[in-house]
Amino acid sequence: MAGERLDEQTMAIRAAKEFQDGMIINLGVGIPTFCSNFVPPDREILFHSENGVVGFGPIIDNPDDADENLINAGAQPISSKPGMAIMDHAESLCIIRGGHVDITVLGVVQVSEKGDLANYTIPGKQIGSLGGGQDLAFCAKKVIALTTFTTKEGDAKVVKECTQPLTAPRCVDRIITDIAVMDVRPEGLVLREVAPGWTAEEVQGLTDAKIIVPPDVEEMTLL
Amino acid sequence: MINKIVGSFDEAVADMVDGATVMIGGFGGPAECPGYLIAAVARKEVKDLTIVGNTGGWGVNLLAILRERMAVILKIGEDWYDPGLLVGRGQVKKGILCFPAAPARVLTPFEQGVLQGQVELELLGQGTLCERMRAAKGGIAAFYTPVGVGTVVEEGKEVREFNGRKHLLEHAIKGDFSLIRAHKADRYGNLVYRGTARTFNPVMAGASTVTVAEVDEVVELGELDPECVVTPGVYVQRVVVRPKEPRPWDEAM
Repeated sequence: MAGERLDEQTMAIRAAKEFQDGMIINLGVGIPTFCSNFVPPDREILFHSENGVVGFGPIIDNPDDADENLINAGAQPISSKPGMAIMDHAESLCIIRGGHVDITVLGVVQVSEKGDLANYTIPGKQIGSLGGGQDLAFCAKKVIALTTFTTKEGDAKVVKECTQPLTAPRCVDRIITDIAVMDVRPEGLVLREVAPGWTAEEVQGLTDAKIIVPPDVEEMTLL
Repeated sequence: MINKIVGSFDEAVADMVDGATVMIGGFGGPAECPGYLIAAVARKEVKDLTIVGNTGGWGVNLLAILRERMAVILKIGEDWYDPGLLVGRGQVKKGILCFPAAPARVLTPFEQGVLQGQVELELLGQGTLCERMRAAKGGIAAFYTPVGVGTVVEEGKEVREFNGRKHLLEHAIKGDFSLIRAHKADRYGNLVYRGTARTFNPVMAGASTVTVAEVDEVVELGELDPECVVTPGVYVQRVVVRPKEPRPWDEAM
């Protein structure tokens, strides 16, 4: 019997562990947005939002404190912070396209063993929105796909080949899920960590992607 | 004497004709959207518009629901009109957009139009859209970018390799009108913005034959610090001041 799956907040904590001191980070919508709440305390991180702000403070959840002139790309009110910079959208996208974003954490419809990312549409259900996600997927220095390993219906989201339209081919560097952490490497999809109670065989059993299991796979930790 | 201030929103878009390409500023929130200019275009009932911008808007009905739902995190005024108003009234034939689909389990007027075959969509990422508008502003015919290779964005575009990486040829998008929102203006059309309400607005200024800025306030020449002017007035043809109190979209003003 496999272990439990991490909840969304815990997945975000694991992803935020990747953020190193001084990095520029852009978070996609969905589970990735939670990462901003879990930056390790000894690290100074500048969060970038593609609507034109870098270095902002925490998300505001009280409408009396919120200002419609200060929101993130998910339309959530954010707080001002010393050192914050505002820019127009073209400048903001130059930050992305010029390769100045160190890590982007993006949500997933499907991600393949080669690092192909599909996350902008599910044909038949919606027409799709690329937003700033395609620019991030193509141009960030490191792309982390953060997702549950399977859909609610049990279909794998980590797959051999994406069947959904691609946001960007061969762009993902690391896949962090609720049961495992994997790296996309030239030799294939390499397992790095498993969630407590999970084995490599159980993870492999949920996907047709070929998972390479090196001898030094670790148990996932959050600190 | 240079004076770009015009007296009404209706006057500001009076020469817009059917089939116009209209850039509409904003990101998707209330503060950065030129709502009263959109309302004036709706009243003018011009048709077959191509709209260019981040979203196709929510439209009147969904905005009413959204305003209520968002109240727990953000208070939003009654006068939040967005491009969905034009789409919902059948005035739009095409959208060149980044975010046409709602990030929720509802269909925007634009999505409905696409699914019913009445509206055409050209889907782009925000970087390419910005750059295509900026190219028009700066007199650049086209440029190459690697973003979009191997995806739906590549369809019909020239591919060329630079430094071993495939790039797409993307052409400038020149508009007939750029409808933008800013905080303060002077009579030369110099503009400053507030916070993240800046977003796409300065990018669209100058990318069309006519740029109209909807502003909170007009100040005297010299009051805007030249070091802090974001959009030089050169790019702006008309400036209109927003009303102090919310007004219904269908009222002439």
